[in-house]
Amino acid sequence: MTMPFYASPEQVMRDRSEYARKNIARGRDVVVFAYAGGVLFVAENSTTLHKIGELYDRIGFAAVGRYNEYENLRVAGVRLADTHGYSYDRRDVNGRVLANAYARTLGSIFTEQLKPFEVEICVAEVGDTPAGDQLYRLIYDGSIVDEPDFVVMGGHAAAIATAMRERFRKGMDLGEAIGVAVRALESAGGDNGTPRQLSADQLEVAILDRNRPKRTFHRITGDRLSTLLPGGRSGQSSPPDSGPDSAPDSVEGSGPDSDEPPTGGTGAAPTT
Amino acid sequence: MADRLGAAGGLPPAFTAAGTSSFTEFLTMAAPDLLPGRRPLPPGSAAEFGPHATTIVALVYADGVLMAGDRRATQGNLIAQRDIEKVFPADDHSVIGIAGVAGIANEIVRLFQVELEHYEKIEGNPLTLDGKANRLAAMIRANLGAAMQGLAAIPLFAGYDVGARRQQDPARTGRIFSYDMAGGRYEERDFHAVGSGSLFAKSALKKRWGAGADHDAAVRLAVEALYDAADDDTATGGPDLIRRLYPVIMMVTAEGVRRLTDEEVGPVAQAVVTDRMTTPGG
Repeated sequence: MTMPFYASPEQVMRDRSEYARKNIARGRDVVVFAYAGGVLFVAENSTTLHKIGELYDRIGFAAVGRYNEYENLRVAGVRLADTHGYSYDRRDVNGRVLANAYARTLGSIFTEQLKPFEVEICVAEVGDTPAGDQLYRLIYDGSIVDEPDFVVMGGHAAAIATAMRERFRKGMDLGEAIGVAVRALESAGGDNGTPRQLSADQLEVAILDRNRPKRTFHRITGDRLSTLLPGGRSGQSSPPDSGPDSAPDSVEGSGPDSDEPPTGGTGAAPTT
Repeated sequence: MADRLGAAGGLPPAFTAAGTSSFTEFLTMAAPDLLPGRRPLPPGSAAEFGPHATTIVALVYADGVLMAGDRRATQGNLIAQRDIEKVFPADDHSVIGIAGVAGIANEIVRLFQVELEHYEKIEGNPLTLDGKANRLAAMIRANLGAAMQGLAAIPLFAGYDVGARRQQDPARTGRIFSYDMAGGRYEERDFHAVGSGSLFAKSALKKRWGAGADHDAAVRLAVEALYDAADDDTATGGPDLIRRLYPVIMMVTAEGVRRLTDEEVGPVAQAVVTDRMTTPGG
């Protein structure tokens, strides 16, 4: 007779965390922070499968990890926000309601299901004044953090957060803010730690515009994005920038070099 | 929202279920009590319970389409409200006006607005104008049971067809859809009116409407039509110059939906009333 295999709860949770973390670490990155006119989302994403989305009038969503899982969470968030706003009032929907619902959902999936969600998400809300801006960062086990300055998620999060800390300040205008975000994203993932250069068609950019009435979320694409990028770049990819204000060499040695998922293995889907 | 959270604390399965981009369909699964037409009604007629909203007109003009509504709500022989609003933006490029029981009308408008926005957020692009019109037909159809007991509301839907602009078909950019209680959807040419005074408003529009009217002519025509409706229908209110209550007028063009201000509508209403002092028939 075979003995049932025993694994301690600590071991089970550790294994699940490691599994989720490993898969998130293969994804491209997203940066979210507040600027003078609202909240800015910048993701490295050249596909039409969005990493950034609108949840409600003043609330946006960004995610990294496995697409089908965070898309599922995004849709659930839109449904919750619309149901809440429909049964009460539009002004009764706020970021905390959604962040709490996400935290509880991710937490219960992490503890109750065999496989945790391989996602990291950010719920951002733009306030009437800069003091009212809120950034919530949620990870696969339901942990929730109210971030004061910026949120960086994805495979190179540690390196990009280092670059962000050097450049970030409160109250930047939109052009400056996009420049800071793009330079931070470029600082990681290049060959041998050299910064890359991202073009408009490799970026997904959206803002929650503080001064818009009602729905504040809108995407910045095409020509408008190109003119806002550092140095007014065209939509075409170009060789790495080696100018004086290029990003510092801060890539971690252990960071992944490629966004490609490993071939074979345990049926892992590509993360976007 | 604690009542809508699952037992383990996470969102219940309906929230993460795949397959629908419709808010109404989602509510059917998650919270059917929030939907109009899903509530059991006691037998008998409920027709006299709530105030009734009355006449709405819509007409196509050079830049798109216009919708206007008078400001009166009635309950039996009484005026229930003098400044009710019955024309609303449905989304960026469409408007909805509703005649009938005000409570049901408001609920359908609110649900329809969320429905369109919900689809746009989930799918990443808005519905086509025909898609919106069909969706509204389904919502009216769902209210049939209540309508048969007297709680009827009939919408008028109009919009600027962004797709027609892309196809270089300027004649079809401004479009109007009317409905019947069973959920029938009919596209109208040029102009239409619904509500108790619609017979008179439509007659006025029939005589005065011409293709390619500009902004000012369209606004004047809408105010004239509502004046004619108010002239012969007690449930429709004319321009209230004493209280400065004028018809609600929404213009839908390529730039989006814009509600005219009282400063814009006021002089037109004043001019119409002044002209009617010499020729009461218009």
